[in-house]
Amino acid sequence: MNQFITAVLTSLSSGAIYALMSLSLVLVWRSTRVVNFAQAGQAVLTTYIGYAVIQKTGSYWIALLVAVVSGAVIGAIIDRFFMRPIFKRITSGPIVMIAPVVATLGLLGIIQAIIGFVWGLTNQSIETPVSNAGLSLNGTVVAFSLYNALVLVIVTLVMVLLTLLFQKTNIGLALRASAYSPEIAKLSGIKVDAVRTLGWAIAGAASGLAGMLYIPNTYLYPNAMDVLLVFGFIAAVIGGLESMAGAVAGAMVLGFAINFSTSYISTKLVFPTAFVVLILVLLVKPSGLFAAKKGRSA
Amino acid sequence: MGNSSDLLSIKNLSVSFGGLKALSNVYLDLHINEVVGLIGPNGAGKTTLFNALSGIVGVDSGELEINGKGHKWPKAHQLIDLGISRTLQGVGLFPELTVLENVMIGATKSAKSGLISSALGFNGRDEKRLREKAMTALERVYASGIADRRADSLPYPVTKRVAIARALVSEPKVLLLDEPAGGLGAQDIEWMNGLIHNLAASCSVILVEHHMDVVMSVCDRLYVLNFGEVISSGNVETVRNDPAVIAAYLGVNN
Repeated sequence: MNQFITAVLTSLSSGAIYALMSLSLVLVWRSTRVVNFAQAGQAVLTTYIGYAVIQKTGSYWIALLVAVVSGAVIGAIIDRFFMRPIFKRITSGPIVMIAPVVATLGLLGIIQAIIGFVWGLTNQSIETPVSNAGLSLNGTVVAFSLYNALVLVIVTLVMVLLTLLFQKTNIGLALRASAYSPEIAKLSGIKVDAVRTLGWAIAGAASGLAGMLYIPNTYLYPNAMDVLLVFGFIAAVIGGLESMAGAVAGAMVLGFAINFSTSYISTKLVFPTAFVVLILVLLVKPSGLFAAKKGRSA
Repeated sequence: MGNSSDLLSIKNLSVSFGGLKALSNVYLDLHINEVVGLIGPNGAGKTTLFNALSGIVGVDSGELEINGKGHKWPKAHQLIDLGISRTLQGVGLFPELTVLENVMIGATKSAKSGLISSALGFNGRDEKRLREKAMTALERVYASGIADRRADSLPYPVTKRVAIARALVSEPKVLLLDEPAGGLGAQDIEWMNGLIHNLAASCSVILVEHHMDVVMSVCDRLYVLNFGEVISSGNVETVRNDPAVIAAYLGVNN
């Protein structure tokens, strides 16, 4: 029974971190039709910034705040000064769809190289702000800590905030309208370019948060977020790539599948499980698990 | 040609795509509470004129006057600020949003709350105002009863009404209607005629439409485009009897 409860709890907490990454990817995909491979670089860069803040101040919480804000700023800068010129210059031909995606891959390499120059390639570690020791359940220590619980609470709060922003505010409506049809959004008076930059900023902030929550459970190095990018992408595809609720659901499906297979069968099954789940979902429901959610009504 | 009493005046408008001249020295004047029809064979440049006026395509040359004052050709997102609103040929509702949300999008420009207050939920008054504006616009097209329905659940004729409501929500002085009767049956066309008549009481309308019975019954004046040039303009009778128009367009149908 303990094993089952532990598997459920760890599934929720790892699924929550996958959800942040997959949400970042979906936000950018919806606003610019780009799979942003640089998201892993943005997340790891902001985590290094957080790491530097911890070195200076000793406070994880200040570092978390700085990482999230710098994630938003970096996301906005990438869209404004890197992606937007690409979109403006490449407007036709077979390269239109692929060029921006390849550009994000290049950007990922650049960001990771810069990190290597500045901070070196050795593993760094970030201490958890609360105990990461397994909690005691019915007298047995389980593989779920106070820190894991904290991650779950923070991600849940962020999801609620993002849902309110998207479903209940004018800015959310503008973000959604710009994602669905830029032309109509423009004709409705929405500054689509600015709204897209906002989408990239929110995605950058979410991936910055993902980095700061994920890294204390592992080590910080330039490629530390690559695995999370893969899981975030799989979760986003499972969820249908278009839907934010789908991104969260996809992340939870993945979190449960991975934690249950590694808990009950073999710890070597992390990646095989992720890809089996992806293939199964795509075979049964090729467009992903999630359709749209309910919006505002009169 | 235009004079200072015109609500909107276009002079010498030229647009080209690569080497192809899509519009050449086109002119158009619109007076207050007037319905002006823009007709011509397929490819004559009607929608290009709308696109130029609404900032979707770039302009080679030409002057734009609104209320007698010269204006730069607007970018798409500036159109509403000039009191101009438009519908698209393809309706263009957001399928996953409710009818109310689709219409509210047309009013987001008038929202006053910023990102942070919105994110923290301090935009209640703004929300209420936009919602009321959207409901008023839906009432004008007799669609307030379907405000909660998702746009992709609506029959085609109703989507046309919702698209017009979205254009009306910004309370435009000039409404550009791109084939509002396209794809509609006889009864819905009749209904659309009445709606356009009613709209003209509160704004001026430029109408691109292939249904000649709609054009002839609702328009005060017509401009006829052919190969990107205005070949005739004037009231319905004048245009109907213009040999150039009969040769280029009406003669084909009549």
